[in-house]
Amino acid sequence: MQKRWLSAAAAISALALIVGACGGGGGGGGGATTAKTVKILSSLPMTGASRTQTVEIVNSIQMAIADTKINNVTVQFEALDDATAAKGSWDAAQEAENARKAINDKSVVAYIGTYNSGAAKVSIPLLNQAGLVMVSPANTYPGLTKPGKGESNEPNTYYPNGKRNYARVVPADDLQGAVGAVWAKDLGAKNVYIVHDTELYGKGIADVFRAKAKDIGLTEKGYEGAQKADNYRALANKIKDSGADLVYYGGIVDNNPAVLVKDLKAVAPTIKFMGPDGINCSEFLKQAGPAGEGVYSTFGGVPPEKYTGKSGDWLKAYDAKYQNKSPNAYAIYGYEAAKVVLAAIAKAGDKADDRATVLANVMGTKDYDGVLGKWSFDANGDTTLTQFSGSVAKAGAWAFDKELAVK
Amino acid sequence: MLGTFACLTTLTLLGFGTEVGTTSTPWWALGLALLAAMIFCGLLNVLAERVAYRPLRRAPRLAPLISAIGVSFIFVNIGLFWQGPTPRRFPDLLPQYDFMSQFFGLHTLVRFTFKDLFVLALAIPLMLGLAWVIRNTRMGKAMRAVAQDTEMSLQMGIDVNRVISFTFLLGGVLAGAASLMYGLYNNNTVFTLGFDAGLKAFTAAVLGGIGNVSGAALGGFVLGLLSALTVTYFGGQWENVGVFSLLVIILVFKPTGLLGQALGDRA
Repeated sequence: MQKRWLSAAAAISALALIVGACGGGGGGGGGATTAKTVKILSSLPMTGASRTQTVEIVNSIQMAIADTKINNVTVQFEALDDATAAKGSWDAAQEAENARKAINDKSVVAYIGTYNSGAAKVSIPLLNQAGLVMVSPANTYPGLTKPGKGESNEPNTYYPNGKRNYARVVPADDLQGAVGAVWAKDLGAKNVYIVHDTELYGKGIADVFRAKAKDIGLTEKGYEGAQKADNYRALANKIKDSGADLVYYGGIVDNNPAVLVKDLKAVAPTIKFMGPDGINCSEFLKQAGPAGEGVYSTFGGVPPEKYTGKSGDWLKAYDAKYQNKSPNAYAIYGYEAAKVVLAAIAKAGDKADDRATVLANVMGTKDYDGVLGKWSFDANGDTTLTQFSGSVAKAGAWAFDKELAVK
Repeated sequence: MLGTFACLTTLTLLGFGTEVGTTSTPWWALGLALLAAMIFCGLLNVLAERVAYRPLRRAPRLAPLISAIGVSFIFVNIGLFWQGPTPRRFPDLLPQYDFMSQFFGLHTLVRFTFKDLFVLALAIPLMLGLAWVIRNTRMGKAMRAVAQDTEMSLQMGIDVNRVISFTFLLGGVLAGAASLMYGLYNNNTVFTLGFDAGLKAFTAAVLGGIGNVSGAALGGFVLGLLSALTVTYFGGQWENVGVFSLLVIILVFKPTGLLGQALGDRA
């Protein structure tokens, strides 16, 4: 019995070796005239509450790759999961493993991810040392790229070799938190209570909101971190008692803001609740149920129902391929991120499998005419787009409320 | 976790997958869900015992521990397959009524809602029932005997396998009841729920004195009160700090737990 097991295992590993060798052979061929095979990896949390969004991002990336023909280059794609079942959201160890996987596979020329800013903090320095370019469709924590917007050693601490290798197609939170505060004031809020999920992204945007709220004369009734929990009854009572009329939640849907909303609305039915892009997804509303009605959220860009021109065409194509008329906010960013990477690979020509060339081409993206409009990456790797919009939850779906200008 | 899924599936089948459009509490549906979850969890536990523990009865103590971890992985993956990787909403079917403000007219931070009453009304009789079974029935006596000395129990003519099976059945049935309470109280569930719940249950049991039913109940109350007080007076991020600091202090100064000494040997 035991022997048979052993021989079966041996056969399987032999098979794996053969398959692996074939895969490597395709990528390794190097002459100027021969066709090249390059690989793009994505690393997004595919387990947990973010899954609805990340599946759409992966769909978008696959769509972008299918849409783009590059001469003499075959682009392969693999979607990695940086979440673990045990945690139910992104996990630092898993993200590091994904980054190492990308580094060790020589055919990989670009890394699309991450979804969570905290995860980016793990993989940027690893990929930086390997000279591999990383493009995020969803990281919004300012300190990843912008000097003076995060901790004092940010962002240089993420780039050990001193050269930037990270860019994002989505506007950062130093803008988003501020437009949120201004919007809160427009909505008639006077006393705000700020809660964050204690993660890099959540605390980061909560701090931006806090600073801007103070600037524009909103009274702060409380500021505290609340980790993922089964229920937030004690916190909800405390918030009600503080007399706040609006709660700002800095955090992601994985850390149970839907439960916080439910507990909060049970004690204070009229209190307003606002959050950033981290809660702007259908999953949040699905979990919150009726309590989610009237929740406000901000995010970069405009929602699907406002897509016109190129983004409108993209939406039609997406719907035709995946039967989804209103994908979540980040789907289109996934497409744009993949397109930028593909453009860089195409531009590299003969050097399509050279990491340094692809890196330079991505970081040097100027006046790119994509589905999000015409934009460039600035010196920090940030998009020049600054458009935000505010949505309100109505009948279980996010409805566009207004465009929010950066002031 | 699987218990809450059983409740959720039962409620969905009965047409109460969401509270939207439901005007009054469908008690009969809740009763059916409770029954379904209790039967489901009880049978599952008996099956797990039969497959993962009984073959290892005479193995070193580490072996059943490892197979227990294996079983928990299997359960988590069944949950993942059953309801998917994202958290699921549990219908909010209990009346929204706060006794403190609506009945007594006291508008303070302290609330006592119908939900709290529901949990107490279900949990206390179950705990009393469990204590009675262990203390007064033949089977309870056999359970205590097996826990104390398996070899000796065998010699006294106790069917050890049957007793252990029954203990697992009892544990599963109670877990099934707990899952309905959890679902209706917190209105959400996820396939990894069991890990957190297990950690808290273990903390409560250690706090109260392991192997002691009333101790575990007391531990649970202390744990809940402490976490609520920490959140209110120190802030949300200190919740676990407060709870686990107390656990460390108790274990250092009173290693047998709060009620450990009073009852002596493991009940």
